[in-house]
Amino acid sequence: MIDIIVGHYNYWVVIFLMMAGFYTVIDRGNLIKKIAGLSIFQTSVFLLYISIGYVSEGTTPIIAEGLTRYSNPLPHVLILTAIVVGVSTTALGLALIVRIKEAYGTIEEDEIHDQDESL
Amino acid sequence: MIEQNLSLLLVVIPLLAAPVTAMLPAGRLPWLLTLIVTWTCLVIAGWQLSVVIDGSVISYELGGWAPPWGIEYRIDAMNAFVALILSGIAAITLPYALRTVEKDIPRHQTSFFYALFLLCLVGLLGIAQTGDVFNLFVFLEISSLSSYVLIAMGVQRRALTAAFQYLIMGTIGATFLLIGIGLVYAETGTLNMVDLNLRLHPILDHRTVHTGFAFIVVGIALKLALFPLHLWLPNAYKYAPSVISVFLAATATKVAVYIMLRMVFGVFSNDFVRITPTDHMFLLLGVFGVILASVAAIYQTDVKRLLAYSSVAQVSYMVLGMGLASVLGITATLVHVFNHALMKGALFMACGALVYRVGSSQFDNLNGLGRQMPWTFSAIFIAGLSLIGIPGTAGFISKWYFMLAALEQQSWLIALVILLGSLLAVVYMWKIVEVMFLRPASDTVASVKEAPVSLLIPMWVLVIANIYFGFNTELTVNVADSAAKLLGVAAYHE
Repeated sequence: MIDIIVGHYNYWVVIFLMMAGFYTVIDRGNLIKKIAGLSIFQTSVFLLYISIGYVSEGTTPIIAEGLTRYSNPLPHVLILTAIVVGVSTTALGLALIVRIKEAYGTIEEDEIHDQDESL
Repeated sequence: MIEQNLSLLLVVIPLLAAPVTAMLPAGRLPWLLTLIVTWTCLVIAGWQLSVVIDGSVISYELGGWAPPWGIEYRIDAMNAFVALILSGIAAITLPYALRTVEKDIPRHQTSFFYALFLLCLVGLLGIAQTGDVFNLFVFLEISSLSSYVLIAMGVQRRALTAAFQYLIMGTIGATFLLIGIGLVYAETGTLNMVDLNLRLHPILDHRTVHTGFAFIVVGIALKLALFPLHLWLPNAYKYAPSVISVFLAATATKVAVYIMLRMVFGVFSNDFVRITPTDHMFLLLGVFGVILASVAAIYQTDVKRLLAYSSVAQVSYMVLGMGLASVLGITATLVHVFNHALMKGALFMACGALVYRVGSSQFDNLNGLGRQMPWTFSAIFIAGLSLIGIPGTAGFISKWYFMLAALEQQSWLIALVILLGSLLAVVYMWKIVEVMFLRPASDTVASVKEAPVSLLIPMWVLVIANIYFGFNTELTVNVADSAAKLLGVAAYHE
């Protein structure tokens, strides 16, 4: 039992970050906090992939003398792509928030909602 | 030899054209380039379909890396069919775009607008072409990110909040898909769809595979606007620029339906659907989606929102077809993907024409407009008949196959729901007819002219296609049938 908890500690971190990020996205009314939550949520998935690629006692996946056991490099490559996607999403989300602030004068979800209802 | 490269050209051409378009001077030049690119894509997609329609497969290895290590573009009848729908709708939307974009988008943004349109098309076509699940995720994000921006370019400020809401929901969906792909990769060590199918087969009862599957299905369901995950869709379609409403309504959810089919039946196989409650879940959500979204459509007071809710209902039909998990069911789903693109394309184009002339799609501003804009109104009428499923229209063919698929399994309840959905469609389409034709025209409407010819021609091409494919079902049904068989669904009922 202890082995499962300690041996998979990185997965517990992943799950904690995933839930924290997801909860922030759902619960927070502040648009910036929503985007921050979304970023944490995405980052947890990066960690998940990296953990999957780890080979016990494996080293960096480079060709060198004496290195025979190395981590699976494919998840790393995939996650490099996913990081790019995540960065663009965050950038776009923040850009939209700037425009929303200009149009509504606020970045609180309920205040934006009130303004639209009163139109 | 050239046939081999078709699959890649379909993605590379619009991808290379996008930055070029962004650098062109604002005005009509970006439009012209986009027009040429989309029509080229249509020709290539048609060619590609003609190569694979006999059941052969085009396999293209990106960078010369042999699958399953490298990324493979694997084209069978289903991919080619979806790619043809996508490029066909893009090609027909572009002539329509010229006038509406001049009105909706500030002139200095037109180059970027068309560049984003091309990027969105790249993403959607890439999803249709690729045989690699991670590549699919990347293309999904390319199309999603560009569509968020395109929606945010809408005239009203609520376009911004609609785009933001879509961004949040869409990113959660895509990330769920990514988690699912990661878990499945951890179990199998491969990302190639064909290889995944083979390697998943002996381990279909593993818990990691089940978890991965759940993440993948929920992620795609968000993109699909499957009830009850449809909340982002009505606002996104309503506040987007007219031409983007047309394009996204006709393509985006259809591509998500394709991903769902490909992942659930192509990667996980129907054995998996059988040992999990997947088919029942699809049927349940489909039934609720058809009824509740149709009822919600009835209560709308805005044509665009009404059509958006109707889209949610129509997508639910496609999910019903998947839930039936038979060749007939999948055929019905694919036929409806095609036909629904035709009818919703025509309806949103007509709606865009109303907005072009009146500046609003609210019912209050459209009273008696049918007499002022007879061509637009009759397009709504005929496409509406197709949506309802009147014989002689494309919509009837879809409903017919859904009925056949339901009756084949003696699912009387499903058959009843399909009929009920059509009846509800009569009610909500009648509301538009009532407002536009039966109510007396207000003074402001009296001076409104018919929409410009450049809007009417694409609209009527789609309307005529609705009638044509209601009589000539050879293309749609044959292709859909062979695509359904390719997924190997046939084994399900043995």
